[in-house]
Amino acid sequence: MSAWPRPTRTILVALMLAMATVAVPTLTPSPALAVEPGEMLDDPALEKRARALGKQLRCLVCQNQSIDDSDADLARDLRMIVRERLVAGDSDAEIRAFMVERYGDWVLMKPPVKPKTYVLWFGPAAILLIAGAGVAVFLRRQRRAGAGVGGGPASTPLNDEERARLKRLLDDEESS
Amino acid sequence: MRRLLFIIPVLLFAGLAAAFAIGLTLDPSAVPSNRIDKPVPAFDLPALPGYDAGLADTDLGGDVTLVNVFASWCVPCLAEHPLLVKLSRSGKVRLMGMNYKDKPEDALAWLRRHGNPYERIGADTQGRAGIDFGISGVPETFVIDSDGRIAYQHIGPLTPEVIEDEILPLVAELGP
Repeated sequence: MSAWPRPTRTILVALMLAMATVAVPTLTPSPALAVEPGEMLDDPALEKRARALGKQLRCLVCQNQSIDDSDADLARDLRMIVRERLVAGDSDAEIRAFMVERYGDWVLMKPPVKPKTYVLWFGPAAILLIAGAGVAVFLRRQRRAGAGVGGGPASTPLNDEERARLKRLLDDEESS
Repeated sequence: MRRLLFIIPVLLFAGLAAAFAIGLTLDPSAVPSNRIDKPVPAFDLPALPGYDAGLADTDLGGDVTLVNVFASWCVPCLAEHPLLVKLSRSGKVRLMGMNYKDKPEDALAWLRRHGNPYERIGADTQGRAGIDFGISGVPETFVIDSDGRIAYQHIGPLTPEVIEDEILPLVAELGP
């Protein structure tokens, strides 16, 4: 990797730093949950599903939090509904659909992938690709113009007149 | 050709700027119900003690109706209440009440003290009917058309402007 050109190395280091910055908060466990012991179901398998679903559903009042994390009354009601429907035998998808039916896609913490959200999901990658293509085109054009960036070949060697001129200019610079 | 390439980032920026400018005028905390333009969800709420009529989905439809979700513990509900009393006296539209997560005695005392503008009141003590409607707090007001579809939702307390400029014109439009 030390043989790679400096701009590439700099970009790679910057990318890794950025990823580390994002990874730390994403991978640390969330703060204390609002789920109370009295709410929890007796069946541990169902309770596990309830907690998983709770993390996927957004609290409509404190909208940055899932219903598992939010202390709002509405969050507690929604948690109870999730558990009631689990006991009644609904599947995870059915419970999510139940919520979306009433509140729309925004109630899901992770927006679904559908035509309306293609820009959200694929936009950043698409912009990155376009930018990358733009950079590639730019570099290729520079090299073709013979600017000799990064050790590319010069276009044509100097002829005698130009060599003399060059010598004169360099001598001038030295003497001044 | 090169000039065209230079314009692309400008166009992208202009597009983003337009999208963000529109976004600044929107209210991110208002989560509209997903039930707008859909039939009223099935519900059947008991009456408050002392009243003989509760509220069910079958009571809606026929005439254009307002359903106001309120509670005695809710301060903005108190703020909008005189407007509802005035509206019901004007006879311009049918007004139904959904008493959300309230103690029946508290609700009765509140109505006795501040007036009862509602033709019928359903006691949603568990809050499930409210969730079925897709509310995220109180007060909220729904306009139900003559086919029993939710035509409009207002989140938060009503104001004279909202009643004059949004609700009454809509009621007239949907009317017989």
